Amino acid sequence: MNTIEKKEGTPLLSIYFTAGYPTLDSTITIASKLEEAGADFLEIGFPYSDPVADGPVIQHSSEVALANGMTVEKLFDQLVDLRKHVSIPVFLMGYFNPVLQFGVERFCEDCKNVGVNGVIIPDLPMDEYEELYKETFEKNSIANIFIVTPQTSEERIRKIDSLSRSFIYLLSSNATTGKTLDVGDNTAAYFKRIQDLQLENPLIVGFGISDKPTFQKASKHTAGAIIGTAFVKRLKEPDYLAQIPAFIASIKD
Amino acid sequence: MSIYQVNEKGYYGPFGGAYIPEMLYPNVKELREEYLKIIEEESFQAEFNQLLSDYVGRPSPLYHAKRLSEKYGTTIYLKREDLNHTGAHKINNTIGQILLAQRLGKKRIIAETGAGQHGVATATVCALKGIQCAVYMGEVDIQRQAPNVARMKMMGAEVIPATSGSKTLKDATNEALRDWINNPVDTHYIIGSVVGPHPYPDMVARFQSIISEETKKQLLAKTGKENPDMVLACVGGGSNAAGMFYHYLDEESVQLYAVEAAGHGVDSGESAATTALGKEGVLHGSRSILMQTADGQVIEPYSISAGLDYPGIGPQHAWLFKSGRGNYVSVTDDEAMQAGLELTRLEGIIPAIESAHALAYLEKIPFKGDETVVVCLSGRGDKDLDNYMKYFDF
Repeated sequence: MNTIEKKEGTPLLSIYFTAGYPTLDSTITIASKLEEAGADFLEIGFPYSDPVADGPVIQHSSEVALANGMTVEKLFDQLVDLRKHVSIPVFLMGYFNPVLQFGVERFCEDCKNVGVNGVIIPDLPMDEYEELYKETFEKNSIANIFIVTPQTSEERIRKIDSLSRSFIYLLSSNATTGKTLDVGDNTAAYFKRIQDLQLENPLIVGFGISDKPTFQKASKHTAGAIIGTAFVKRLKEPDYLAQIPAFIASIKD
Repeated sequence: MSIYQVNEKGYYGPFGGAYIPEMLYPNVKELREEYLKIIEEESFQAEFNQLLSDYVGRPSPLYHAKRLSEKYGTTIYLKREDLNHTGAHKINNTIGQILLAQRLGKKRIIAETGAGQHGVATATVCALKGIQCAVYMGEVDIQRQAPNVARMKMMGAEVIPATSGSKTLKDATNEALRDWINNPVDTHYIIGSVVGPHPYPDMVARFQSIISEETKKQLLAKTGKENPDMVLACVGGGSNAAGMFYHYLDEESVQLYAVEAAGHGVDSGESAATTALGKEGVLHGSRSILMQTADGQVIEPYSISAGLDYPGIGPQHAWLFKSGRGNYVSVTDDEAMQAGLELTRLEGIIPAIESAHALAYLEKIPFKGDETVVVCLSGRGDKDLDNYMKYFDF
């Protein structure tokens, strides 16, 4: 059930943005523009009041999105026609409490109904997922994406690999979002160490990827990388939609 | 094992757990695997007890408040946590955690603080041990609590303003968690209440359990019986209540009253009465009861007391509430302020506004006259003089 395809030679580029930012109704427009510009898959964030894994830029986008009236319910309303506009894989990313209040089962069903491929919930731990929610996710063919950090033990990585159904979110360093990737030898050695584990699921690097050099560095030993903060920053510009093709081109070409 | 204590998976009934991002997993796992081993070591116990006695000034007295008792027509004792060094129960926990951090080889301490009491208690133990200390405090609280900011700085702590969200305790906690994510190896996070991912709620409750451990002995010496009929404590996150209840949890004859802050009234839209207004949810690493919108966004609470101004309660409290073991009640700002003044006039003790909430509930209990009641006087009111002066126009 791999929803993203590893491509030989050309690393995958994924873009993260927060639903409801900069305006309540910008979600689908941004998503289709990103596909047009050449993004390989997308992560759409649903905002939360207390995003502990995020740095200031994504925190700010979440605050604005909430002030704009974004909710999980509203997001699924907006995504009803997702598959008319967007054909690349789409993942939802956010914190557990809004999912819990919406209802985990209803959340998975709605993901399936609108054509979302998977979800990334950083504060839903592996053990709780496995015990309480795995069945619901799998019944609806929704991939739950797990995070691996430089401190994650090999034993735990193997367990994560066995529970993963799409890709593994490889954190470039132990950090919140929006820090700069350390392009030194330690980071490369860490990516190589994980690559050498020869896991079933492709590795996609996130956190700290902002431009072509960091993207290339991150994807050398992996299937690709995710850009979040560097893209969300650009959504402040009045002509942000017009800038999307050039932004993607600056990383991929 | 008591059904009211944490189980081997880190849960109290359906509450608790460790809902943390993978980045914090190694830190929390290390704590979970080590905390009991370390706490039970003889050398830890010896140093902990010595500091509690010689540095904090324990045991804190159990005081028979005769004039207060007369007013309510029953027998009331006050557990005087206000007489501890730094003025509140908070130091029981920070002493325990700094000794633990040392034994884990940590070189740097972070903490969150609302009114500044936990920040001061943390800065104090860091000065005592010569360990680097950073305290996160909401920008709004920094302005409201200048004397405590000055205390922390005098102790050598760095006070870092939390500028996200509503810029108060909840956001300071978020910032401390972010700091911990970014400094996973050498830093220990001293959480100030019985909240956070397992094992924090249990660890903090154990360090605070000295409150009920002493109360039992003191009451026995004074009255010939260990167990009172009722104990009362205020609840924000719930650390003094967790300590006050700890050794009475399985004594079902002892009625437990946890008093939350109703602010301007439970239904006023400006309240921190979590059990009345909250629903089950996940915040700051544990599953508990919290004030939130239908969409799961955390609601900013309100109370005149900065120490009770938190949108959740610890998972053990959520379980004591849900299981019916504890009576979770609330009093308003006005009721608490009146109770604070009343204690001052009847007993010559100015309580912290937090503790005044527990005292205010005495008014609402229909005493028969033969009860023995213990109220946890969790802190002294020096830090609240400004508020008292404004409120009563002194």
